[in-house]
This record gives sequence, C-alpha cells and structure tokens, in this order.
Amino acid sequence: MDFGSINPVLLIASLMVASTPILLAAIGELVVERSGVLNLGVEGMMIVGAVTGFIATVETGSPALGFLGAALGATLLALVFGVLTQIFLSNQVATGLGLTLFGLGISALMGQQYAQLRTPSSPRWEFFGLNEVPVLGPIVFNQHPVVYLSLILVVAVWWFLRTTRPGMILRAVGENHEAAHALGYSVIGTRFAAIAFGGACAGLGGAFLSLVIVPQWTDGMTAGRGWIALAIVVFASWRAWRVLLGAYLFGGISVLQLNLQAAGFAIPVELLSMSPYLITILVLVIISSGRGRASGQAPASLGRTFHASG
Amino acid sequence: MKKRTFLATTLAATLATAAFGDGHEPLKVGFIYVGPIGDGGWTYQHHQGLLAVEEAFGDKVETMFQESVPEGADAERAMTQMALQGADLIFTTSFGYMDPTINVASQFPDVKFEHATGYKTAENVATYDARFYEGRAIIGTIAGHMTETNQIGYIASFPIPEVIQGINSSYLHAKKVNPDVEMNVVWVYTWFDPAKEAEAAKALIENGVDVVMQHTDSTAPQAAAAEAGNVYTFGQASDMSEFAPMPRIASIIDDWSPYYIERVQAVMDGTWESGRHWGGIPEGEVVIGEITDVVPESVRAEALAMRDAIAAGEYHPFTGPINKQDGTPWLAEGEVASDEDLLGMTFYVEGIEGEIPN
Repeated sequence: MDFGSINPVLLIASLMVASTPILLAAIGELVVERSGVLNLGVEGMMIVGAVTGFIATVETGSPALGFLGAALGATLLALVFGVLTQIFLSNQVATGLGLTLFGLGISALMGQQYAQLRTPSSPRWEFFGLNEVPVLGPIVFNQHPVVYLSLILVVAVWWFLRTTRPGMILRAVGENHEAAHALGYSVIGTRFAAIAFGGACAGLGGAFLSLVIVPQWTDGMTAGRGWIALAIVVFASWRAWRVLLGAYLFGGISVLQLNLQAAGFAIPVELLSMSPYLITILVLVIISSGRGRASGQAPASLGRTFHASG
Repeated sequence: MKKRTFLATTLAATLATAAFGDGHEPLKVGFIYVGPIGDGGWTYQHHQGLLAVEEAFGDKVETMFQESVPEGADAERAMTQMALQGADLIFTTSFGYMDPTINVASQFPDVKFEHATGYKTAENVATYDARFYEGRAIIGTIAGHMTETNQIGYIASFPIPEVIQGINSSYLHAKKVNPDVEMNVVWVYTWFDPAKEAEAAKALIENGVDVVMQHTDSTAPQAAAAEAGNVYTFGQASDMSEFAPMPRIASIIDDWSPYYIERVQAVMDGTWESGRHWGGIPEGEVVIGEITDVVPESVRAEALAMRDAIAAGEYHPFTGPINKQDGTPWLAEGEVASDEDLLGMTFYVEGIEGEIPN
C-alpha cells in the first residue's frame, strides 16, 4: 500500500503519544466507576494535573517530579470530590460537574505566571540503542516513560480487578454496596481509594499534555479530552483492554486523519474529521454487543449514594 | 431616513434610561471569547482590547467578559445572560457567534452588538474584522524565501472566507518569490485545542514541511516546531515573541484596541451606528511583529517594503492576474479584488492542491 509521504513507523509512534492522555484518564475513571462512583470531574482533574505538573517541572527542573506533582495535585482535587460525595453525601453528577468548572478556574489562576514559559524537555527512553532498530525501534523502544507507564497501568488494572482480592472487593462495592457493607467491607474507604487513583491517573494524563505533547501551559488546554475519556469508559463497557482499544483508536485515527490531510490524500476532510468519534464509538459498540447481556452493563451501584444507615 | 430617526430615538431612550440615568452610571461593555484569555493568541489580543478600553475610560465603563464560550447554542445563553446583566455594548469575538448574535440582538433591541469577522448585520448589530490577509502576504513572502523543502504547512481552522483569504494570500506571495513552493493545508476544525494543533504541526513536519503557518489560536504549533528543530513559524494573532528568534521568525499581531475604544466612545456619545468595519495594516489593526535575525537582511527589507506599500495603499495583496484553482480567471492583469469577493471567498487560487471542505 502506498502511504505517500506518510511514514507508517513514525505514525504509529506518534499515535501512541497522542492517545496516552485519554488512555490515562480513562483507565483511572474506569476504576472509579467500577467502585460505583461516577466522577464527571475528569476534565477538571486533567487540567489541574496539567498545570501542577507544569509548575512543578518549571520550579524543580525535573519532568519526573513534574509528573509526580501532577498526580498529587489532581488527587487532591479528587479527594475534595470524595469528601463531598462520600462523607457529605452530595449528588455525584452535580459535584463532578462542579469539579470540572472549579478545576478549569483554579488552573487558570495557578497558571497565570507560567503561561509564557517553556519547560526542560522530558526525554524519551532509548533502551541502550535499541531505539535504532528499524521499525520496532521508534515504536517500542523510543517512547516517553509515561507511555510505558500508561500501558503497564492498563495491564495492572485488568489484573487487579480480575484476580486480586482487593479488586474483587472494589467490584463488589460497585455492584452492590449494601451487600459489601453487610459483609464488613469498607464501602467509603474503598471508594476513596478508587477516587484518589482516578485523580492521579487523570493528573498524569493532563501533565502528559502540558509536558510532552504541547509542551507548554495554556489555559483550558485539555479542550474536552476529559469528556472523551468519560465516553470511552462507557463505550468500552467498563473493561480495561477495551479502554486501551478505544483510546488508541480515538487517538490513532485523530493523528492518522491529520497525516492524511498533510500528505494531501483526496479524502473529504469532513469525513476525516468526524472519523475518530464515529469509528471509536462504532467499534466499541460492536464489540460490546456480541457478548451476553451482562457484559455491557454498568456497575449496578454506579452513581448511587451510600450511607451505612441505608 | 425613517430608520435613522428610529435609531436615534431608541438610542436616546437607552441612554436616558439605562446608561446615564443618573449621569454617573458607567457604560457596561461585555466581551464573549471563544478561548481562554491566556491562549497567547486570538482571545488574548481581544482581552488586551478590553484592558485598553478600561484604561481609556476608567470608571466611566464597567467591563465584563466570558471565556471559552462554545460557538453555537451555548453562545446565545452567554450573550443573553450578559444582556440581562445590563450590558450596553457586547463584542462577540468569533465567526461562529454570527447567528447567535443576530438572534440575541433581536431580543434586546436596546443593546448594541459588535460581531467580529462575520457578515450579518442588523440595526443593533455591527460587524468588524481585520484584513489579516495583508499580514499573510508579508509572512508568505518570508516563508517563500525561507523554505528549503519548498513545502509550507498551513494549520487551518474552519473553511470560512477569512481563513481561505489567508491561505490564498500566503500562497500567492510565497509562490511569487519561490515558484516551486507547495502548500499543505490541514483542517483541524477548532480554533483552540493546543494538543490537536501540536499534532497537526507534527503531522505536517513529518510530511516534509519546514515552514508552519497557523490560523488557530494557541502557541502549541510554535512549541511543536521548536521541538522539531529546523522549522520556521509565525506568531498568529499575538506576537508569540517567547518563541523568537526561532522557530518564530515574524508575526501578525491583531490590535483591536483602537476600534474598541472608538466604538465605546460612540455609544457614550450616542453616535453608534450599525455598519461593517474592516481595517488592516493602514489602520494599525494588523501589525507585523519583529522579524528576527534568522531572516536574511534582503528578505526582511523586501517584507518591510511590502508592508509599507500596503500601509500607503499602493499595493493590494490580491492584485491580478490571478486564476482560481480550476484555472478560470478571477482577476485580470492589474485588477484588484473587491471586498465583496474577499468576504465571500470560497475557492483556492490556482496552484494550491486539495479541496476546500464545505
């Protein structure tokens, strides 16, 4: 097949990069939702991660500390959500939306002094020269560490939810919090842990935008990626590997369509522009419709408020 | 002149009741922005205009603004809210606010609206725009000289006349100084999405482009070019001088302040009228930022000479002979494009590959 001036190896390498923020945010939100909590504040947590990561990198000079700062900053914001919804029993949908608005606002405030700055670039790993290997090198052995981290997280989440005891407790809490509570598991504690994990992942995703993809701080720079991540969790029917597929499809086709345009392919641009949304939804709907009915269902306690008195 | 008298009476009524009821009430001026004020580009420049209005009028004005308002139905809500809060004059600063502005304006006949870059007016809706294509002619000239791969990349937002004018003007002037030049246009369908803008820049660079122009609002393409190395860019809407001297080698700056101050003054004086305003380099609305030392002296001189010629009204960037993309003649030798032609521009000029999406 003739790719014109598109280099397929570079294309695959850059689609992995482009997909990573959404993948990180979505895998975090998946864990949150599997514990029965609907946190619509992903966009807010991502943008706070983007700004705290950027500030931490500028101040310390270390991208690694930047990512750590991003995870911490977004976790802090997520815990605000946790306190409000789990302890004060506020409505999860309203609180989540509020979290997004709050995150966008506070990030703009925090980032005011940092808008014109540049960070030290965060290098990719090179694996002792393995990155020079043709084809595989640029794809497998020359990515940013956080790209590997995101893939490890997908496997870890899949393994954790499927096989480990705490993972099963988390799922039990998400499916039926009263029963889990009756068995003596801490519903609130489990959910707090899940919410914190979701915050950290969203923060990493945001920082990946401000430190690697763009790389600079600009107000509102997540530009709706948090909402895409939320949608991917639903279309992936709460399965880790489908989240990976969904995020890579979406990010991949986004990059592919830009490359097709840049290479001058005669495909209508309107079609190309809507293709990431269309294809991602289609594929995820098709793969989740084939199985038994249970496979496509949301955790039964999703979004419901829990109080031990109930 | 029935219309005029009607306008004058409503104006007088508005001024008497709302704005200067007790003689001290400040004039309320609202701004609707498509991106955040910290975008470093388009919205940032409009916000500079707001600050200039505050500076010029002090406590005689009260300003308000809303950032990141999506184009479409949500914009109507934002404008309505602003009108209900007592705004006397509202600037809606993006093309996609055109129909919402007209709709909301019809419900608030006493409020004046100013819509940027559109073509629909009403009794209380004026439009204003800047001749960005004049700036494009100059950076197109620089780009034609600077490119070594003879491929210029263009990150385009939406297929509207304002954007197409820019592509055509850049291409014509790059081609004039470098006949081998090709234009790669990528449509991103957004004004502001730093990650997507960065990805578009990367896609262009990976496909062999070494000059990237943008008609989007953030500085992300500049950052992407900086990372890639030997790529030149131009500041868009704002100076983006933090990326000088490389990759940013020059810029087109929008300066809305004179117009905003003039219009606020007009409302205060009761002389505001609907109309279409289209200023450019001669009016100081389009400014060419510093051309850095990376650009050879001869190229810089050529660019500045063109700027001066445009400022003096001696040169129009769309001067014939120019053919349309399909080869049919558009402008004859020496003929200059009319404003109507430019405002309705929906075609590429001859030599640009690809199709404009609908």
